[in-house]
Amino acid sequence: MEFKTYSSPHLPVTGTVSVMMLRVLLALIPGSLCAFWIFGWGALFNILIAAVTALLAEAIVLKLRGRPALAGLLDGSALVTAVLLALALPPLTPWWIPVIGSLFAIVIAKQLYGGLGYNPFNPAMAGYVVLLISFPLELTLWSAPGAHMGFTDTLSLVITGNLPAGQSLDSITMATPMDSIKTRLGLNETLSEIHNGSLFGSFAGAGWEWINLWFLLGGLWLMQMKVIQWQIPAGMLGGLAVIALVFYVANPDTFTTPLFQLFSGAAMLGAFFIATDPVSASTTPRGRIYYGIGIGLLTYIIRTWGGYPDGIAFAVLLMNLAAPTIDYYTRPRVFGQGGGSTP
Amino acid sequence: MTHSGNSFKRSREVSFGKLHSFHGGLQLPGHREITANTPIGNAGIPPLLTIPLQQHIGDPAKCLVKAGDNVYKGQELTKAPGPFSVPVHASSSGTVIAVEERLVPHPSGVKENCVVIETDGHDSGPDEQQNALDYLQLEPARLCELIQQAGIVGMGGAGFPTRIKLCNRKQNIELLLINAAECEPYISCDNRLLQERAAEVVEGIRIMRHGVQPDACIIAIEDNMHAAEQALRTALESASESGITITRIPEIYPSGGERQLIKILTGREVPSEGFPADIGIVCQNVGTAAAVYNAIARQQPLISRIVTVTGEGIARPQNLECRLGTPVSHLVAAAGGYTKDVERLLIGGPMMGYAVQSDNIPVIKTTNCVLAVTREEMPAPLEALPCIRCGKCTDVCPADLLPQQLYWYARSNNYDAAQDYNLFDCIECGCCAYVCPSHIPLVQYYRHAKTEIWTQESQKQAADIARRRHESRLARLERIKQERAERMAKKKRVLAGDDGSKDAKQSAIQAALDRVKHKKQQASNTPKNIDNLTAAQQKKIDEADTRRRQKQSGNNN
Repeated sequence: MEFKTYSSPHLPVTGTVSVMMLRVLLALIPGSLCAFWIFGWGALFNILIAAVTALLAEAIVLKLRGRPALAGLLDGSALVTAVLLALALPPLTPWWIPVIGSLFAIVIAKQLYGGLGYNPFNPAMAGYVVLLISFPLELTLWSAPGAHMGFTDTLSLVITGNLPAGQSLDSITMATPMDSIKTRLGLNETLSEIHNGSLFGSFAGAGWEWINLWFLLGGLWLMQMKVIQWQIPAGMLGGLAVIALVFYVANPDTFTTPLFQLFSGAAMLGAFFIATDPVSASTTPRGRIYYGIGIGLLTYIIRTWGGYPDGIAFAVLLMNLAAPTIDYYTRPRVFGQGGGSTP
Repeated sequence: MTHSGNSFKRSREVSFGKLHSFHGGLQLPGHREITANTPIGNAGIPPLLTIPLQQHIGDPAKCLVKAGDNVYKGQELTKAPGPFSVPVHASSSGTVIAVEERLVPHPSGVKENCVVIETDGHDSGPDEQQNALDYLQLEPARLCELIQQAGIVGMGGAGFPTRIKLCNRKQNIELLLINAAECEPYISCDNRLLQERAAEVVEGIRIMRHGVQPDACIIAIEDNMHAAEQALRTALESASESGITITRIPEIYPSGGERQLIKILTGREVPSEGFPADIGIVCQNVGTAAAVYNAIARQQPLISRIVTVTGEGIARPQNLECRLGTPVSHLVAAAGGYTKDVERLLIGGPMMGYAVQSDNIPVIKTTNCVLAVTREEMPAPLEALPCIRCGKCTDVCPADLLPQQLYWYARSNNYDAAQDYNLFDCIECGCCAYVCPSHIPLVQYYRHAKTEIWTQESQKQAADIARRRHESRLARLERIKQERAERMAKKKRVLAGDDGSKDAKQSAIQAALDRVKHKKQQASNTPKNIDNLTAAQQKKIDEADTRRRQKQSGNNN
């Protein structure tokens, strides 16, 4: 009798990349729904446009590269990239913004480097940064939290750029809390003066605090499901909180509280979903902590002194650069190679 | 004196009280229920026994029989040339029909030298029956010799000669650790052995303890082996043995690996390139203990073992006691044969065992499990996707390696970097490949890389020898060339006379000539023909030497 031979181990494997990516998408749902609640239909349009573009682009490039396109789409990584990019975009931005962002993320940042597993930079953040640098105006089109337009009005604004009668862009958009704070601090106002406006919610930026909270919960679930490990989120949020605390204690009139920093902008989305992109992040257990801390510190620096309202994207890309070096210097001590608790 | 079972502790044991943990590992589905609860069956005497000459790690043994010889049960078929080797024995009586290369259990399906015995069914032993030995009367060294002569090797899977572990060491042994942690799924031969023959195992442990003379002795057993543990406790009690304690350890694969087990029990790590004895520990499997009992108390060499025959491809999964050399096909037949959906046949467990093409291979000393599985039970591996560097492999690696980096380097044939990332510390436990969401056959890559490196190293050694030979040839040619040049220079000097021309070329030639002259002078200064001198001659030489020295010192002044 002839038997089939395979290499060990023989026990059937337990996980797949598709399931991991599916779980990431599931964990993004609460935060996305909250963004929809706060910012209206535009948030969903962004996700839809980015997703369709990303999947088409992925399929076409895989076809051109002579790779199985369906298998590539089913791994779910393109969809995750698209959703992460879309969640970083303002809700009233024109349709071509998510299209260009997705195209850059999938075609340039991911597939040209060899596709899944080979991209040195986080594709979603690479796409976002290209948009931020190239189209700064379109990336400020945030609607005022809670005051959203109807489905058709939003659709027509996103597709054609036409505003509903009697409305101007200025009347329907509003700078994000972090952006306003930066502008007004620049005008020599103090934080206590700024606090009196409608910018602040219960504990951080109005509206944004809830989105962040839901992303935090989604992220904790991912950790529970062992899709991501604790080191990167803990490092990043810890780094961000500590440096924020130092400056806040030194001068509470010009520096926001650590809590505000943790629940504003893309902090939670970044900590649990963006910085944890395994391909471009550090992979050693210790390295992941340093990598996270680096992102946290850079985020604070760019947020506070940089020219951009939020710093997550730049911080992640900069730490992507450092990841191979971090990995090299944080290799674990191998079993039986000194340093053990040998008495 | 206290005889209250296990409550009595020796003073040194306190240091081994606390359990530790190793990095990584997995909780795996057990699949042991059926075989662990079925009594050990007997596979009987097969018509043909195929006994490989080498069933251990170490030096090969010398074959003592030839085709046509009649052999009795327990007769030595080979002779061990030194301590790093063990003999094999005829596992039943019969006639040797061939000593030739046959398929042996090996992942690559290789053939090796085997003694093939046609059994006569009498199963008759040696004519003179030997009396049981009282091990306490034996010197430890003599005991170890007997253990080697019985052909005993580590029965847990490695096949390392037991004598080396027990005796061949320099320092004092603190702990004799008995491994009853059967961590791989499906395998239950040690579990069953303990349930049915705990008294023999305990006796075997006492014999080994006499050989090792450790400060403490612990049996490590997984916390789900209740029946086996109870049987051990009963055996220890009825033997009034209070110097052996039982420690439960959590069921985490690969806790039964020697290094991992030692880490759990003591918190110590066996040095990467060392042995447990280097940190004062000897680790032995319970199956080995039973074999030692048979060898000393019953004067019976290692000719049989218990094998778990299981999987959904087997009609009646169970543990079977069988003669070494029994064909796997015979063993499977004794377990009711294959079911119709059987697809894969594994020797060993599902994590570290290897798939074989044919069941026409014998059971050897290290065969602990024959696992026949169906497609539903273990589907063909899925196609591998690119590594996404998720690091799950790192999280489960019990050797604290970075499997994703090793994979990267192994795949790109960058073997230097793979070694730099400690490829050779990989124990091939398969944890990384089991959790890999991209289904990359990681262990296969590591094995391939290791083999490549070994090949390259042996090639390099051959190349080094060739290079040295080449270099010495070059040096010889160079020397001959120089000598010729010297001869030419001498001739020229004779022709040109010693007129001392002033141009640079001339002075260079002169310098070269001087060097040659100096060299020759030195050569001529060494005395010649000074062997076999008479006393008178020696005296003359001495006088001449003295004169010369005086003259020289006068010149120098």
